[in-house]
Amino acid sequence: MDMKKNFGAYLFLLPAGVILTVFFFIPFFQTIYLSFFDYSNDIYKPVFVMFQNYMTLIHSPMFLKTIVNTFYFLLLCVPFLVIFPLYLAILINQNIKFKNIYKVLIYLPVVVSIVVVAIAFKWLYAQNGLLNYFLSLFHIRPIGFLSDPNVAMISVALVTIFKGVGYYMMIYLSALMSVPKELYDAAEIDGITGLNKHMAITIPHLMPVIALVSTISSISALKVFVEIYVMTHGGPMNSTKTIVYYIYEKAFENLDLGLASAGAVILLFIVMGFSILNIFVFERDKYKI
Amino acid sequence: MKRFKNLPSHIVLIIVCILSLIPFLWLLSTALKGRSENIFAYPPVFIPKDLTIDNFREVLKLVPIVRYVINSFIVAFFTVILNVILSALAAYPLARMEFRGKKIAFFSILATIMVPFQTIMLPVYIVTLKLHLVDNYGLTMGYLGMILPFCVNAFGIFLLRQAFMTIPREIEQSAVIDGCNSFQIFYMLLLPMIKPTLAILAIFTFVGSWGEFLWPSIVLTNEKLFTLPVGINNLSSAFSADYRLIAAGSIVSIIPIIVFFLCLQRYFIEGSYDGANKG
Repeated sequence: MDMKKNFGAYLFLLPAGVILTVFFFIPFFQTIYLSFFDYSNDIYKPVFVMFQNYMTLIHSPMFLKTIVNTFYFLLLCVPFLVIFPLYLAILINQNIKFKNIYKVLIYLPVVVSIVVVAIAFKWLYAQNGLLNYFLSLFHIRPIGFLSDPNVAMISVALVTIFKGVGYYMMIYLSALMSVPKELYDAAEIDGITGLNKHMAITIPHLMPVIALVSTISSISALKVFVEIYVMTHGGPMNSTKTIVYYIYEKAFENLDLGLASAGAVILLFIVMGFSILNIFVFERDKYKI
Repeated sequence: MKRFKNLPSHIVLIIVCILSLIPFLWLLSTALKGRSENIFAYPPVFIPKDLTIDNFREVLKLVPIVRYVINSFIVAFFTVILNVILSALAAYPLARMEFRGKKIAFFSILATIMVPFQTIMLPVYIVTLKLHLVDNYGLTMGYLGMILPFCVNAFGIFLLRQAFMTIPREIEQSAVIDGCNSFQIFYMLLLPMIKPTLAILAIFTFVGSWGEFLWPSIVLTNEKLFTLPVGINNLSSAFSADYRLIAAGSIVSIIPIIVFFLCLQRYFIEGSYDGANKG
């Protein structure tokens, strides 16, 4: 009986196991394997070079710049994506009228493909576009949103923020439903109202979710690619080139598979820190055996 | 006085709603402007003076957007179906059975969450090429190449595993006494009970697959197989001189997903937390 039951478990796991093996585990180990080879002379005759690709990357100003850029991008969007959606969720959660309309409209950008969002923003950002017109009303001179190396990354981050606010707001909204109403009533009796009420009750109660949103938004910031690919191609002057963009370029444009893979392994280590935190601390319950 | 209690909140929320819509409304406005109207006019004009749908006609004539929609739909549909089936099958033993190697299976699947697709995309592409799952081997192979690498994902497995774990064990025990085997218990008894979670998984997988750009842009070479994001990006570089057409194409491309979202908004609102960190 028990044996039969065991055998069944493997059958259930088999289809997913095959797919994950072929499209995850094999590629995963191959990434590590490839990172030890030099493909730059002849793509058909890779040479085993041990850690040389890693050394090349660590000493490459370009690669280091992509790491700096990626973390700059992270710092631009993550704090905003952690705080602002929480603020919106608190506003909507106070049993406000039209709350469903607000939710739907704020969530809308989440479902639209990032490619279209990026195209829409490229249009807003144009030299004589809508945003520069708006700034001109305040006598601000036109900004090269995507052409000024000092501004381009901020412009890209704005797109990511635009696309993400609704998503994180929904996560906060579901979490807010679990805050016991009595706590607020008790606070009001104590004369704590408005912002203080949220500081005293909502924020501490939501701390695990705030932490969760911080890590997922950080992980997705570290993986940013499409916005950049569509809007700036890493330019101007590499000011928006991120790690994933670098890997993509090395892998699919320069066909330098070794360097691309070493870059991927480095990215993996960076992301892993955040995911481990997420899986073993913030979402412990979901991933408990 | 009480009526205006939430007035400041309403003002903030209305502004945020307007901001979420402006990029799309501005695209729409541009798409509706005729040849005679300057789309760079200062001050900008929101309601087109030379209102026309010619740009839509033209872009639909020049670019096979309907074909892109169909391709996106095929890819998303099969990605969803396979995800639901494979994740449910894998989740069940992880939630309900004891077997040798369970820990290994569990942690192997968990490990996949930690590794972003972007770090393994190059070898995934190599594997896909070796399996001939690319469009030079025919349309079917091209579709399979877009679907199979994403047809199961660990988030889905864990989401469903959690749903299975909330079902009381007694329900199964009576079925065992009735002589049901584990597949019957899974298929006839437990699966119907987690329908709401399956719906959430299906919907979030659909949206993710519909918007996916990176992978299709790597594997696709044949325009016949372009999905919407790839096609629209391509259109935006092809018509970079004419933003009216880019705007018209973009607007057409987002209609299906917006309709989908509006019809199923309840699930998005209820399921966001569970669907979180997919994709």
